[in-house]
Amino acid sequence: MDMTFVIYKLILCVVILLLSLVIAMYATLAERKIAGFFQDRLGPNRAGTFGLLQPVADGLKLFMKEEFMPANADKILYIMGPSLTMLVALLSSAVIPWGGSLIIAGKEFALQVADINIGVLYVFAVISIGVYGIMIGGWASNNKYALMGAVRAASQMISYELAMSMSIVTIVMTTGSLSLNEIVAQQHGMNWNVFTQPIGFVVFVICAFAETNRAPFDLPECETELIGGYHTEYSSMKLGFYLFSEYINMFISSAMIASLYFGGYNFPFMDDLGLSHNMITIIGTVVLFAKISFFGFLFMWIRWTLPRFRYDQLMRFGWKGLLPWAIANMIITGFISLLIKNNFFAFLTK
Amino acid sequence: MLSQYLFFFLSFVAIVSALMVLLSKKPIHSVLYLTLTFFTLAGHYILLNAQFLAVVHIIVYAGAIMVLFLFTVMLLNLNIEGEFQKSTIMKFIAAIGGGMIFLVLIGTLKSFDVATVGNPELTQIGLVKNLGKTLYSDYLLPFELSSILFLSAMVGAVMLGKKDKQ
Amino acid sequence: MNQDSTKISLTNRSKMVSNKKMTLIERFYLPAIFKGMSITMSHFFRKETTIQYPEVKRPFSDIYRGLHVLKLDDEGRERCTACGLCALSCPAEAITMIAAERKEDEKQLYREEKYASVYEINMLRCIFCGDCETACPKEAIFLTNRIVPSEYKRTNFIYGKDVLVEKADARVDVSKRQTPEVLEFKKDKTKSHNK
Repeated sequence: MDMTFVIYKLILCVVILLLSLVIAMYATLAERKIAGFFQDRLGPNRAGTFGLLQPVADGLKLFMKEEFMPANADKILYIMGPSLTMLVALLSSAVIPWGGSLIIAGKEFALQVADINIGVLYVFAVISIGVYGIMIGGWASNNKYALMGAVRAASQMISYELAMSMSIVTIVMTTGSLSLNEIVAQQHGMNWNVFTQPIGFVVFVICAFAETNRAPFDLPECETELIGGYHTEYSSMKLGFYLFSEYINMFISSAMIASLYFGGYNFPFMDDLGLSHNMITIIGTVVLFAKISFFGFLFMWIRWTLPRFRYDQLMRFGWKGLLPWAIANMIITGFISLLIKNNFFAFLTK
Repeated sequence: MLSQYLFFFLSFVAIVSALMVLLSKKPIHSVLYLTLTFFTLAGHYILLNAQFLAVVHIIVYAGAIMVLFLFTVMLLNLNIEGEFQKSTIMKFIAAIGGGMIFLVLIGTLKSFDVATVGNPELTQIGLVKNLGKTLYSDYLLPFELSSILFLSAMVGAVMLGKKDKQ
Repeated sequence: MNQDSTKISLTNRSKMVSNKKMTLIERFYLPAIFKGMSITMSHFFRKETTIQYPEVKRPFSDIYRGLHVLKLDDEGRERCTACGLCALSCPAEAITMIAAERKEDEKQLYREEKYASVYEINMLRCIFCGDCETACPKEAIFLTNRIVPSEYKRTNFIYGKDVLVEKADARVDVSKRQTPEVLEFKKDKTKSHNK
């Protein structure tokens, strides 16, 4: 294996890992700030200018807190829960294309850790095992509220995965590829999937909210009913891991929404600017992060606007609301793409 | 040879965790060990260059079925005291049944020609495109039949889940 | 206006619950969600109502009922005579005191022959109603527009004379509280609590 290849992948891995951690850190601050602004408050502003050191203070506080473990907890699984959640949250960033490619010294370096030909399915697999951390942690706490949270998380995840996969399948049908890199590359310029798949987009966004356990779907941690849900018994950095992985999940979900529906690193008129290849890539990455920030903001905006679902409403919405829409969208898309393939619309262009 | 070491490592973990499924005292641990076994099997698929199968295996088995298992076991809150005692005749029948399946497995493995597998890195059959083409051309009928089977299972589940009108 | 005479509405703002069937657009919920989001967004750009406390202080009213002060008279003598009316009038029973007799050499310290050697207010019990101020016949205790700071221990909230009595070199101005009406009211000995 080429040594430069190894070093470049290593650098990319480290950069993406650190980036997701730092972004998750500052997402906590952004969440509190934005919540403040939505409620005519200021949000945290004491630690550093504009509260910029607040995440550091929060992290330090969590590290200093007492490590508590319930007496009858399953020791190994109790520790495994948050670790698994964190691991799974970080896993899916591997296949997201963070930008085009940089050409340095005649060699092309793609800004994607692993361009596997089943990238979409990989992300989907990672999402589907994401619930294990919550379930294990909730069960191992030996607390009925935690168990209730875990059970809720499991049923919610399974229910919304279906509609989510259906909307992804529609994307796969139109693009004809399971590789995320290919899907993003096909949305070159302004050919974003959101224009051809508006229903799929809405379904995907709603499911993304449910999969990340964010309001209005935060029933697994629902404070008013379940105290803290699956992390009721957790303290110190184990709790920190749970809270932190929620923000990483949010970041990754935003990146997925941006990549699948909003063209990823593509931006309008990218061919007409007359810039060099590397310059386009750098601007593209910046554009991608702007899109991610927008969707992150959307996540928070929704959270501080909508009240929480009731549990039966959640289930009814998932199975009787989203799933039929997703399936209908899939059938319509299949029908139309079949017509296009058979030149049915040729009379329009005549 | 890296893939060989990986194969031995995965096989070891698979066998140990499969044994632990049977030996664990808590049902939850059994379920989690079973999940681990599925992950190692997915690793084997990747070693055979069948990425699609590996990922689908994780999505379907680890991501959906085992979550449901875990869900059920958590809700039922099974433990050793609650386990009902099986009669001797039941145990006897179970032992005979299990032994016969074991015999069939050994018989199948004995008649199986290992050399036909070929070099996994050269076969591209595990990739999505080839797999899809094979499924929808050579194996179209079994594929459709199994989908009908799934549909009937789904309809049956819905029927069972429906509230009794009376 | 609700014509049903059995249901009396004082404010006339109550809305009757209706379980009407939602229209198709309403059942999509998205328009309602967007409406809610536009409301929160309008708040996003609104001016924050936060007052950044230690740097900026909310202006208090002159008759704000905050931390008590035990006044000294013009010659710097304590006005309180430990009559106990404040303790008696206190609805929260926050005030306790021990009376003592003034010695010959303490005339410059206490105005009356009897004074409070111990005067304690439990700030956790106090509800800042101002009844002690109204009850006091000697105009010794007043509530001021200062606030009671937070503490780490419950015992620290029992304020003694060291905190309550105003310092001779740092008088607390309570003249704003003593409006002519108040002074007139206090003169009236026919009122039961002034007897």
